[in-house]
Amino acid sequence: MKNSENQKMEVSKTTGAVLTVILTILSLTFLYPIALVLMNSFKSKLFISDAPFQLPAEGTYVGLTNYIEGVRKTGFFPAFGRSLFITVASVAVIVLFTSMTAWFITRVKSVFTSLLYYVFVFAMIVPFQMVMFTMSKTANDLSLNSIYGMILLYLGFGAGQAVFLFCGFVKAIPLEIEEAAMIDGCSPLQTYTHVVFPMLKPTAITVAILNAMWIWNDYLLPSLILPQEEGTIPMVIQNLKGGYGSIDMGAMMAMLVLAIVPIIIFYLSCQKHIIKGVAAGAVKG
Amino acid sequence: MQKSMKRYFPIFVLPTLIAFIIAFLYPFIMGIYLSFTEFTTVKDATWVGLSNYKKIFLDQNFINALVFTVKFTVVSVVTINVFGFLLAYILTRGIKGTNLFRTVFFMPNLIGGIVLGYVWQLLLNGILAGFGVTLSFDAKYGFMGLVLLMNWQLIGYMMIIYIAGLQNVPGELVEAAKIDGATKMQTLFRIYIPMVMPSITICLFLTLTNSFKLYDQNLALTAGGPGRQTAMLAMDIFTTFYGRVGWEGVGQAKAVVFFLMVAVISLTQLYLTRRKEVES
Repeated sequence: MKNSENQKMEVSKTTGAVLTVILTILSLTFLYPIALVLMNSFKSKLFISDAPFQLPAEGTYVGLTNYIEGVRKTGFFPAFGRSLFITVASVAVIVLFTSMTAWFITRVKSVFTSLLYYVFVFAMIVPFQMVMFTMSKTANDLSLNSIYGMILLYLGFGAGQAVFLFCGFVKAIPLEIEEAAMIDGCSPLQTYTHVVFPMLKPTAITVAILNAMWIWNDYLLPSLILPQEEGTIPMVIQNLKGGYGSIDMGAMMAMLVLAIVPIIIFYLSCQKHIIKGVAAGAVKG
Repeated sequence: MQKSMKRYFPIFVLPTLIAFIIAFLYPFIMGIYLSFTEFTTVKDATWVGLSNYKKIFLDQNFINALVFTVKFTVVSVVTINVFGFLLAYILTRGIKGTNLFRTVFFMPNLIGGIVLGYVWQLLLNGILAGFGVTLSFDAKYGFMGLVLLMNWQLIGYMMIIYIAGLQNVPGELVEAAKIDGATKMQTLFRIYIPMVMPSITICLFLTLTNSFKLYDQNLALTAGGPGRQTAMLAMDIFTTFYGRVGWEGVGQAKAVVFFLMVAVISLTQLYLTRRKEVES
């Protein structure tokens, strides 16, 4: 942010005004697809595919029918609850355990810990498809096919990037602070909770945001692990598409709106953290 | 300190390590082994050597998916990064409403691939209806649709990273260039772009891997249609695993090849762009 002041007066007033107009039009274009879905969610399903650009009118406006129908068909609210539980619990578990692991493998120097570090980094570049089949078989064998099992799988699959990000930060913490705490009689666990973790907070926020974005929106992993009738939001939306590609467009529009609204509310309420977290995560990645 | 810490291994490392072994390490090693076998339930795997790998390159579906994915990735990476950088450049000039614009452009990134796919399906089918066709009429519509969707989703994300990079360009450097009589274009190409090379490295990496590995958006927008003409690699691997009985081993071999491609592409790109980074 510090340099934005220097750059303030770089464009003339007219150029500035022209750019503002262009950017405003572009912003509206960016918002348009979502507005279109919102508008169509109030139209009868027969008039959505055929005339998506027509505003709801006398014969086509159906009020909340699509919402009621969609929620009933998909079981949207239980799915929402499952998505929320899996995301919140997994993010908490990932932040807690991977930060501990990162601290340990950075501070305890041995062949084993440095090997571990490289294996975690390696895991970051492996695409999900590589372990898709064998991971779901393993999860099956260990009876992890539940929202609780999902937390363990997310911890395992998210560990690579999270450990990597935390390690980058732990390296920058001066060792003396921790040593002082231990000389004062703190156990390693107390040192971690009272001294190390508070210093890791900015990275913890970055890790939490990156993982929350990934887990909340993830489709493939839950669709392979969870029973069909206990799906997350992306799963129930995908399931609306019936056999032979037929879709109840009314219910689909309404469910898309219900899926997007919580994200926008969350985004607007902690936008600063999200944008900062994303930028910080990228610089270190 | 090391000694007292070591005793805490079960608390600090073990939970992450166990989860990591279950969710990643064991499936990864098993995956490599299974790619050399024929199996339907893992337990009945029989060694077949390289025969799965040979089948991959005779499989027209895989070749089509590879070509489609490469084309899609090239077009997406170029367009997303050009537009993302352009927006970042404009939005660091101190124009009114900058924060609001940033907020709007970044937002699509938070919406998941499945949801995005259906949002764009509505919009694009609506537009194409004016020409009497749909997304599934011809692969070129699916291709353009996916590129548009991907741009809409990732431009804001890349913009945020480029903004962070541009803000780290020292003001004095730009000032000095101006005094030396550099034009706006010269300042852009000689100062800003070299100075934000680290951001370019990251953005290229993110767009490259995200485009190459795309699945959710592909599934929701076109589901591979018409036929399997717009199925990308990730989708082809999925259908090989779960849609063709007896082809599980080939699916796993495809996954290994896919992993190697992602690894080689991303490491090469990181190596090439890292070399271009300059110290400020």
